[in-house]
Amino acid sequence: MTAAMLSPVLESTADVVLSVRDLQVSARSDQGLIPLVDGLSFDLHRGETLAIAGESGSGKSITSLACMGLLPAPAVRVTGGSIRFGETELTTLPEKKMQAMRGARIAMIFQEPMTALNPVMSIGRQLIEAIRAHESLSVSQARGRALESIRAVRLSQPEKRLEQYPHELSGGMRQRVMIAMAIALRPAVLIADEPTTALDVTVQREVLDLLRDLQEELGTAVILITHDMGVVAEMADRVIVMRKGKMVEAANTVDLFDAPQEQYTRDLLAAVPRIGAGASRPEPETRDVLVRYDDVSVNFPIRKGLLGRVAARVHAVEHVSLEIFRGETLSLVGESGCGKSTMAKALVGLVPHAGRIEINGQAMGDLDSAGRKAIRRDLQIVFQDPMAALDARMTVGELIREPLVIHGIGTPAEQKARVRELLDRVEMSPSVYNRYPHQFSGGQRQRICIARALALKPKLIVCDESVAALDVSIQAKVLDLLRDLQKESGVTYLFISHDMAVVENISDRVAVMYLGQIVEMATREQLFGNPQHPYTRRLLEAVPVPDPRRERATGLRMAGEIPSPVWKIGERPKRVKLMDIGDGHLVGHYALDNDEGKISTIGG
Amino acid sequence: MADASIPPEPLVVPESGPSVLRQLARRKLALLGLLIIVICVGGAMFARWLAPFDPYEQFFDGLTIEGAPLPPNEAFWFGTDLLGRDLFSRILYGAQTSLVIGLVANGVALLIGTLVGVTAGYFRGVIGAVLMRFTDLMMAFPALLLAICLAAIFSPSLWIVAMVIAFVNWVQTARVIFTQASSLAERDYIAAERTLGAGHGRILFKHILPHLIPTLIVWGTLGISTTVLLEATLSFLGIGVQPPMPSWGNIIFENQTYFQSAPWLVFIPGAAILLLALAFNLVGDALRDILDPTQQGRD
Repeated sequence: MTAAMLSPVLESTADVVLSVRDLQVSARSDQGLIPLVDGLSFDLHRGETLAIAGESGSGKSITSLACMGLLPAPAVRVTGGSIRFGETELTTLPEKKMQAMRGARIAMIFQEPMTALNPVMSIGRQLIEAIRAHESLSVSQARGRALESIRAVRLSQPEKRLEQYPHELSGGMRQRVMIAMAIALRPAVLIADEPTTALDVTVQREVLDLLRDLQEELGTAVILITHDMGVVAEMADRVIVMRKGKMVEAANTVDLFDAPQEQYTRDLLAAVPRIGAGASRPEPETRDVLVRYDDVSVNFPIRKGLLGRVAARVHAVEHVSLEIFRGETLSLVGESGCGKSTMAKALVGLVPHAGRIEINGQAMGDLDSAGRKAIRRDLQIVFQDPMAALDARMTVGELIREPLVIHGIGTPAEQKARVRELLDRVEMSPSVYNRYPHQFSGGQRQRICIARALALKPKLIVCDESVAALDVSIQAKVLDLLRDLQKESGVTYLFISHDMAVVENISDRVAVMYLGQIVEMATREQLFGNPQHPYTRRLLEAVPVPDPRRERATGLRMAGEIPSPVWKIGERPKRVKLMDIGDGHLVGHYALDNDEGKISTIGG
Repeated sequence: MADASIPPEPLVVPESGPSVLRQLARRKLALLGLLIIVICVGGAMFARWLAPFDPYEQFFDGLTIEGAPLPPNEAFWFGTDLLGRDLFSRILYGAQTSLVIGLVANGVALLIGTLVGVTAGYFRGVIGAVLMRFTDLMMAFPALLLAICLAAIFSPSLWIVAMVIAFVNWVQTARVIFTQASSLAERDYIAAERTLGAGHGRILFKHILPHLIPTLIVWGTLGISTTVLLEATLSFLGIGVQPPMPSWGNIIFENQTYFQSAPWLVFIPGAAILLLALAFNLVGDALRDILDPTQQGRD
């Protein structure tokens, strides 16, 4: 490879802060060295954001660990090439000197802020300790620095934050603390490894805005590791697309999105779900109610004290009523803790609920155990993490056969034939019958889960974040499969997701949940074309758009946290009343409380 | 990442894999463990024919003129004990007692512990709370004191001692199994089974118990030496297996005061206990790997 070929990445300018040349990282195994990163080269310039994008297993995170000298040696190590930070060669730097570099010159932000912070140390102590590890400052001087960086990441009440412990902060605030820690020593390079993947979309928006502002203020060079092309488009100046340890393409962000050179990049971009790309679908002729939620509430008690008295309740679902029609896809969207998964669990009988849920006109609570078992045949659920949802000690065939065995359908030979048929239906070879789940990739495992859900020919399948853990290209294929299955068998989906783009892609109708209540419910066209509730709008605006040319909304910055759904005994959240604004577009009564940036709801 | 395509290598996994025994035979260490176990069990079963002497007979020439025990020699292979009895014969006969304690007492303890732990961990609720509080109570009570009380109530015999030891030893297993069962019960795949309509029995026996096997094997092998030594302690206090009946544990305790002058009297039975525990450990480890399908196609 010549430098000319890589021109967008290897421009020879003086202000290169980090220079990676022909980097090789390998993992040791019984079969010898397995390359994880193979021949990667790039330059990072002062003040720019370089995104390294790729799907799982592409080697993007390994690259960032290599730059930090944090590879899990001796199993994984740099086997060739160089990483130069200014004049310093990092690959051969002794650990003692690397420690001095880390945090001070090259800092890193991890995906999961809760695990990256020490839970038994206050935020202030952690910051002060990190600062004093690199600079000989007194505690009070370091505290000043810590305060400064807490202010820089725009946390409210900075003095109070220093005294708090990680568990007292929300996910978004913890990630801000991580960023404060990373920038406290003014590093020249900041590596952000999936910094917003674990966060809700509105919180992601805040953190991305913050990162961009900080970069403008401090001129730090940022390496952004991400799988999300939307985040790439919004944040990066240049992009490196990686696949299986090799660089596929490197270009300026605008060029890459406008005219991707490589087939893989084109496929990757094509697979990204975009809002506004969902094909409109014919309305079903009959509106036959399959499932009816009637004034359903789910509370979880929080017990305190020696005797375990109920001190407060989590109001996960609050007086929700909705109907799911036969053959449609109804999506429930909302951020973590809004109660969307609890809705699904109440439906399939995994959590007790108040109110009434009818399936085909029958409520589970009215039936005896045989009736409940019969009704379960009509309701299946596909979970988020397919590995967790499959018993690891059973073969794929046994797993898919399980529902047939439980309900005593057919002879063993018939059951096995049906399993082969189902495997074929989800586009897997029937020859995998005797294999175990761990031998498959995430997408294949999710297909196994879908095959198992299909075994009983259910009327309704609940997809609880079923594609959230998958890479985008695989996500697109699984969504296609779900759509095809619906076309064939007329199965109804209750689709639960936090991802507005995926929801737009697959739904007929959408219900937006906020703090246990539905704040807006409408057809897909109505909701995405004419969002009415401020929370719906906020959700839509927060989604990173995979288009680098799009004007970034300036001015109105979102801040504030979603209030907690925990209420003391005797207190309860105010009810949202849904009003029809025409054509069945239901919008909750609301009021926007501007002082706190919180959305509060008032009864109609 | 070709998602829907199946990994290219041909599928040669037969309908049923090679038998557990054949797989065990392929592992050298496991085979060694199995051999030791066979020797111990064989020695115990055929002690009557294998033992060169009567284990209770006090030989006149089994002691020195000063009355000290003899070190290992041609006549007495493992030497003699304080009373001039042949140690080798006593080890052989002692194996009978120690194996009953190590296998039966330990097995019963494991069974009770699993039953309590799984019930409490899976069903939770009032039953779970009651069971676990009872376990905590048992844990807080000094095991030895409890064993002494129990052994004092019932007249000591080998089987009573075994049951007493089982009753004292199940608590740790119950605690460990409880933690694991309650975390397993929370997993998505159990929720998935429930939505499929699976009953409690099916979930417990097909989806929870098999996942507890590795833990049970580890606790089972650890329990062997613990129970054998607890029996020795009880014997020492006069409430275990009654002398002159030998067990590996009480041979150690009888002779421990002469540790300085006659170390073989402690080392040899000690080594026997160690070997037995080690052997079960080796076999247990191998079994755990063989029985775990998630290990297939790995390493």
